[in-house]
Amino acid sequence: MNEASLIGLFEATVSFGALLYLAALGEMIAEKAGILNLGVEGMMAMGAVTGFVVALQTGNPWVALVAAVAAGAMVGLLHGFFTVVLGAEQVVSGLSLTILGLGLAAFVGRGSVGEPAGAEMVSVDWGPLSDIPWAGPILFAQSPFVYLAVIMGFVTWFVLWRTRLGLAVRAAGESASTADAAGHSVVGIRLAAVATGGGLAGASGAYLTLSLTPQWADGIVAGRGWIAVALVIFGAWRPGRVAVGALLFGLTLALKTRLQTFGVDFSPILLSMLPYLLTISVLVAISIRSRNRPSPAPAALGIAYRREER
Amino acid sequence: MRRRIAGLLAVVLSLTLVASACGSDDEDATKAAFIYVGPVGDAGWTYAHDQGRAAAAAETGVETAYVEAVPEGTADFGNHVRDFIDQGYNVIFGTSFGYMDDMEALAAEFPDVVFDHVSGYKANGTNFGNSFGRMYEPRYLSGMVAGSATSSNLIGYVAAFPIPEVIRGINAFTLGVREINPAAQVEVVWTSTWFDPVVEGDSAQAMLDKGADVIAMHQDSTAAGEKAEAAGARWVAYNSDMSAHAPAAHLTAPVWDWGPRYAEVIGQATAGTYEGGYYWGSMADGTVDLAPIASDVDASVVAAVAERKQQIIDGSFHPFQGPINAQDGSVLVAAGETMSDGDMLGIGVFVEGVVGSAG
Repeated sequence: MNEASLIGLFEATVSFGALLYLAALGEMIAEKAGILNLGVEGMMAMGAVTGFVVALQTGNPWVALVAAVAAGAMVGLLHGFFTVVLGAEQVVSGLSLTILGLGLAAFVGRGSVGEPAGAEMVSVDWGPLSDIPWAGPILFAQSPFVYLAVIMGFVTWFVLWRTRLGLAVRAAGESASTADAAGHSVVGIRLAAVATGGGLAGASGAYLTLSLTPQWADGIVAGRGWIAVALVIFGAWRPGRVAVGALLFGLTLALKTRLQTFGVDFSPILLSMLPYLLTISVLVAISIRSRNRPSPAPAALGIAYRREER
Repeated sequence: MRRRIAGLLAVVLSLTLVASACGSDDEDATKAAFIYVGPVGDAGWTYAHDQGRAAAAAETGVETAYVEAVPEGTADFGNHVRDFIDQGYNVIFGTSFGYMDDMEALAAEFPDVVFDHVSGYKANGTNFGNSFGRMYEPRYLSGMVAGSATSSNLIGYVAAFPIPEVIRGINAFTLGVREINPAAQVEVVWTSTWFDPVVEGDSAQAMLDKGADVIAMHQDSTAAGEKAEAAGARWVAYNSDMSAHAPAAHLTAPVWDWGPRYAEVIGQATAGTYEGGYYWGSMADGTVDLAPIASDVDASVVAAVAERKQQIIDGSFHPFQGPINAQDGSVLVAAGETMSDGDMLGIGVFVEGVVGSAG
């Protein structure tokens, strides 16, 4: 294994990690407010197709990113309408959203399959920093989406744990009636959180089609939205731990086919199971651990709030 | 009054509807319907089939229709076929491997309809047959071009699944590479995907990181080519001419041309001579071909490729003619012999010059 291969492995780890992190952060925000949204896959697909199609139309990747975020947020709001406003079962609505999002994305993108990209996000050049051996290519020559993910991680942490708004969001997820009694609009907070989460999933989808592989294909999300859902549990609803998990899962994605080029003869079919096996083991570990300790999950997660049922 | 006019209108409309259903179509006219596994798009597997449909329609003058993105292994396929048959279509093309068993069953149910399946291994000798192409012929030629383009002598091959079709392609490609450049090696990365641009792009990137300066592939996406373009390396595409996606990297591509075969099947169906057999098209009949070679490739290489192409077409050269050694150095094809179609269809080992495991 040569140096360039190893650098390439870590470069891909960071880039896949950021892809997962954007979507997982969004899911974490929604769950912190008490809304489980299993539609991440569908929201990513909508973000991916919207970003690509708008880039084709406008030729501007930043306009495309904004449109992708808006598309993700819209699909998120749809989930919010069903679960927050109508009080529908969150798991069912989320799953429907995945199916709806994937189908709608395939329909919207029908004419764009195989088209060369209209615009792409070029890697950020940090000047002399980008020339540092190892750290340069791995950290300072990445797509703008990678830095967006890092910034969003800090912003999320700050807003959720250092502001009154964050306190209200977390209250809505721990005990909706308490938040309501404190004078917060639970409906408003939860809708905003789900929309924000959808926007971040949309950005993650746009990362696929505007930067990582600038093209649209039906099924381009390929299950990565589900990894993001698992990451939230893996990271125990903490932005820092979710980031560590994102890098770890990013490493498994990067290793999937690279292991062969390192001369390790290991079935790629088994390797492609790695992220999912890791997810299952983490779920098992967490459920064993939480027998003795309180679960790190928001207490009101998945429970619809109706004022008269207080 | 308004009501009466509306009623009259309804009667007239229903009458025209009945009339159009009864008479205007020629009952015996051949009509061909195509079921595609992916969206038509702009490049790739399904695009190549749709180009073939359009060419066959123009050549035969027969009415054609298609439905795209029909998943394998669901009831959708049969429903679409029944719909088409209801509308009078009597030739059905299914262009994905996974349609095979459904087509076999439908062929038994509708003996008057011709079912032609692409890429499978079943046929019934009457109205259900199979069409595929000897893609290894242009793959060999594309290998010659790749062999001339590498200076690191390491070529990355982003491969789909370890099945005979893919392994045969890698072998033919490698034999072509080593005819021009005996020192070059072809390293295989399995992606276990037919279409996942992220994985395919990253696999190409892994080979580029390792020092490969030419990337070949066997999937439908153009992701590998885009990574090669970004790295300043070269790329051998597949399925259709994908040069628009990576204009600087694109060397050439082994491509499908389904037009002649589809026109032939439609002609046989019209004449009642379709036999439901196995058809393995070649460069000689135009089912497979090599896309134009990049203009910066050396003229002597282009001439050598043209000569080999002619020899393959006239039968004086076969990509799998001996002596050929297997990857482990044992004799795969002895000098003076040529691999049989049966052996080619079941090939499970790599030839010398390939790095990696054949599954």
